[in-house]
Amino acid sequence: MSTANVDRSGGGHAHHFESAEHEFDTSKFGTWLFLCTEVLMFGGLFVAYFIFSNLFPETFLEGSKYLDWKFGAVNTAVLLFSSFTMVLAIYYAQQNNNKKCANMLMITFVCGLIFMVIKYMEYTHKIEMGLLPGDMFAFQGAESSNLGLYFSVYYMMTGLHGSHVIVGMGLILWCWFRARKNEFNSGYFTPVECVGLFWHLVDLIWIYLFPLLYLID
Amino acid sequence: MAGHHQLNFKVLRNTLFALLSLTILTVLVAKPVSGFDAGMFNFVIAMGIASLKAGLVLAYFMQLKDDNKLYLGLMISCVFFLLLFFGLSFIDIISRAPVDSTL
Repeated sequence: MSTANVDRSGGGHAHHFESAEHEFDTSKFGTWLFLCTEVLMFGGLFVAYFIFSNLFPETFLEGSKYLDWKFGAVNTAVLLFSSFTMVLAIYYAQQNNNKKCANMLMITFVCGLIFMVIKYMEYTHKIEMGLLPGDMFAFQGAESSNLGLYFSVYYMMTGLHGSHVIVGMGLILWCWFRARKNEFNSGYFTPVECVGLFWHLVDLIWIYLFPLLYLID
Repeated sequence: MAGHHQLNFKVLRNTLFALLSLTILTVLVAKPVSGFDAGMFNFVIAMGIASLKAGLVLAYFMQLKDDNKLYLGLMISCVFFLLLFFGLSFIDIISRAPVDSTL
């Protein structure tokens, strides 16, 4: 990080910025631009979902029956709660309270872990049943001849989302280490803010994935 | 720092409650769970609730409501292009001749 050697305890900033505020705004603008590219990347998968579910409604209806909505609902609640604790980490950083900021980040991290453990349980159950994507599909007794298509979409969407959760957890852990070293204050909490924006986007995508994959009628 | 929007704990807590309530509503109006059947409107209702939740996350957790309007404009243009992507893809798909037609 080019920002590692700058003392930000009293409004310091990297030399190529006019002020700490300029630095903060630039970082945040860059983060938002990145989030837009993320939305468009997931957008391609959502388009695939809508096209295939429109062409093969019975396949998607059957596929969703092999998903347990209770797992999906618990994971939704876990992610929403983690978004709340993430934004509280920013709230406490704004109040110069690094200890509470670190605690909130750790709770957020653990929520991400719970999400991934539930996801792991779902995945292993499906893999054991042979509910695999595309050509690897090995489940006997499927009514639709192309049920593997549903699971291609399922694994691709939840897989890309899950990898974002893992990346987000890593970034949150990095913020946690920095909060433990009392590096944040009301004038400088850019990493927590930007990692928070990323984490909320991951939550946002799941808000759509949950009804689309688990609750098809 | 003038550029930083100060967060309000009560607003954030209420946002969380609203989001969790809407999640319960999502489950309650889902046909596989409750048997609630509004035909094609089931999908519209589910997406409507999801969009309401997404709006709450964007407005309060991601602070778009009180932040620099540049970020809001960026997100709106992003959603516009996403909808363009959806719309044009759909027009393509529904205007094709069926695969098994004799054309």
